[in-house]
Amino acid sequence: MSDSKATPGIAITADLLGADFFTLLGLPKRFELDIASLDERFRQLQREVHPDRFAAADDAARRASMMLATQINAAYQTLRSPLKRATYLLEQAGIDIGAESNTAMSPDFLMSQMMWREQVADARGEKHLAELERLQSEIAHDIRDAYSDLATLLDKENRTHDAVEGVRRLMFLEKLREEIEDAVFALEDL
Amino acid sequence: MALLQIAEPGQSPLPHETRHAIGIDLGTTNSLVASVRQGMSHVMNDAEGRALVPSVVRYMEDGKVLVGYDALKSIAKDPKNTIASVKRLMGRSITDIAHRENLPLDLVDNPGMVSVKTRQGVKTPVEVSAEILRVLNERAQQTLKQDIVGAVITVPAYFDDAQRQATKDAARLAGLNVLRLLNEPTAAAVAYGLDNSAEGVYAVYDLGGGTFDISILRLTRGVFEVLATGGDSALGGDDFDRRIYCWVLEQAQLKSPPTIEDTALLLLRSREAKEYLSTHPEAPITARLASGEVLDVTIDMATFAEISQTLVSKTLQPVKKTLRDAGLRPEDIQGVVMVGGATRIPLIQRAVGEFFKQEPLNNLDPDKVVALGAAIQANLLAGNRAPGEDWLLLDVIPLSLGLETMGGLVEKVIPRNSTLPVARAQEFTTYRDGQTAMMVHVVQGERELVDDCRSLARFELRGIPPMVAGAARIRVTFQVDADGLLSVTAREQTTGVEAHVEVKPSYGLSDDQITGMLKASVDHAKDDAQTRALKETQVDAQRLIEAVRSALLEDRHLLNEKEFQLIESDIVKLQTASLSGNRRQITIAMDDLDADCKEFAGRRMNQAVNRALAGKSIDSVEEAIQDLHQTVNAPVKEKK
Repeated sequence: MSDSKATPGIAITADLLGADFFTLLGLPKRFELDIASLDERFRQLQREVHPDRFAAADDAARRASMMLATQINAAYQTLRSPLKRATYLLEQAGIDIGAESNTAMSPDFLMSQMMWREQVADARGEKHLAELERLQSEIAHDIRDAYSDLATLLDKENRTHDAVEGVRRLMFLEKLREEIEDAVFALEDL
Repeated sequence: MALLQIAEPGQSPLPHETRHAIGIDLGTTNSLVASVRQGMSHVMNDAEGRALVPSVVRYMEDGKVLVGYDALKSIAKDPKNTIASVKRLMGRSITDIAHRENLPLDLVDNPGMVSVKTRQGVKTPVEVSAEILRVLNERAQQTLKQDIVGAVITVPAYFDDAQRQATKDAARLAGLNVLRLLNEPTAAAVAYGLDNSAEGVYAVYDLGGGTFDISILRLTRGVFEVLATGGDSALGGDDFDRRIYCWVLEQAQLKSPPTIEDTALLLLRSREAKEYLSTHPEAPITARLASGEVLDVTIDMATFAEISQTLVSKTLQPVKKTLRDAGLRPEDIQGVVMVGGATRIPLIQRAVGEFFKQEPLNNLDPDKVVALGAAIQANLLAGNRAPGEDWLLLDVIPLSLGLETMGGLVEKVIPRNSTLPVARAQEFTTYRDGQTAMMVHVVQGERELVDDCRSLARFELRGIPPMVAGAARIRVTFQVDADGLLSVTAREQTTGVEAHVEVKPSYGLSDDQITGMLKASVDHAKDDAQTRALKETQVDAQRLIEAVRSALLEDRHLLNEKEFQLIESDIVKLQTASLSGNRRQITIAMDDLDADCKEFAGRRMNQAVNRALAGKSIDSVEEAIQDLHQTVNAPVKEKK
């Protein structure tokens, strides 16, 4: 394939190992990113450095290839998830999300969370699949909006403090989405 | 063993320098060997033109060992010395073996891995498998008339670390250089994908003799990316044979119970009937039993469908779960590749077709497709990369890896379906004041309790400097290589003390107990949550007791005898409650102890403040107060 010729044998150096995930994957350091080019870059890089390419090489090259392939996998996993990507961006800017210790959230948000949870619990208890699916699409909608707000805060307005708040809200929302998915999956299985 | 020559990656050697590597499908029922010759993957046949080697090994009286058809012939005559389906025993302990009461073998409960008693002595599954691999290796050498640089051996995607290690050891024992362990569905996808230049998302449904795997892969311009994998390592074609066998016994109403020989014979007849039913509406089953009684029944397709329906739906559960792990729905799947002889069963073809709403793909022989793919990968790893043959496999780890934390709970470090190679680090801390060593217990599985997961290795990190409980920072790093094999390092961050273990032939320890861990984790999710809550409360209780004990040791003089007795009796009550397993009782006892310690804690605080004020700065006073918080109050409320 021609594209592997275009990137002739990436030099496996300590620099690349220590590079941040965006640099490693050759992408601009921002929240909004083109998933298709992320996927493509990931595959391209693994094509070059994966241990299978070094099966017959010496020990040092094999070890380096494994370390770099590991790092590329980690970078890809982090950047592909918007929540992990936002957290990573903030961490890179020296901000600790402090997800566990700092729990001061706006009362309105917490109240709406509680209501969500009650609705989900009720629907689950009544085995009400249609209601769960309605909640599922509603939360998907909220999550989409929240990410698009986050993109504005991070990429355009550089309001990192507000972005932290946004990330922490999204942690709640994603968790809730997972719970709803679990409930739907359990019901569909019956 | 021949040394590997070192070639520049990507460089294709000259044609006459082709280094031969082979692909081996080491199956539960049958095994095969294949290699790439003149750019095409071929399965190698024996002198009689047969590709399959039945995975059966017979230990003879004269010390000889028969493998394959020769061994299969005598399975009913000499069942105790003729071992079939040894793959089901690989890396397992005796309690892991499903239907062991139906096995005609003399199993020996060796610590680590179950073994089989034969007339040639006790044989481990690794040794038995090595006999099969030796035969395949010889066949390859005779066919290629050249040295073989190495082999790719396939394993079920769902094999855990112990089963993978056992397979690798068997290959070494057979004198093979293992280039890579490759997951069976991935191998099938390679053979299928390269053959059809496919693009898009594919499912591989692989029902072998003894294992079931489902993998979802994305094929994009030569990259085979496994998105998710799942399955059941104790479900396969054998189970369909057993259903027929049970049905036959029910129909026949034998006058005397079947002997071991009868069982072996009837299982064989059941398998033949199953295979016959794939192309005929009914199958006769006749057998002369040891008692002289002649058994003669006929099973039709409808009956077979009825008795095996639950097995078919049992395969669809992991399919649904794996699709969900990949974040996909059945309609997102472009094609379903069928692998394994058992997928010839029309009932399975139909069920899979209905589930994915499309005809499954059968254009490669389901018995051979895995070996063909393994050979293609072996050829690539040996450095015979043909120009334009630029493809890559990105596989995943099938089961989560984690560590045991206090109370027998599992902290997951690497989640299942992470792309390989993968490394993850997590920090842990000490539980007791002055603790200088920490046991690192590595487990694999999806459940929340250590007892329900497979134990892979234990090692100890020693030389931690004595610190207050919770102050040490121990970083445990897991690294899983491209074979899916694990190594673990633990390091205390402040001092750099380090311990390391390659998770090598441990085959799990004697406390291994699990089959189908993933499935069970769904069934038991609720139990787990309750048990987990109880365990956590028990840990909290122990922490509180430790903390109070250590405070008493230092400052008992601050209490009068009556106060001291009260606290002591609270501790005893808490211990009793903790053993009772009643979470509410534990909480009440903890509250009591906490309340009766309040005054004590206050006095200790005063004492510390007074001591500190005697010529010390404000900072150190605060430090002293914080220390006290940690030893008296904090352990109960500390982060989990």
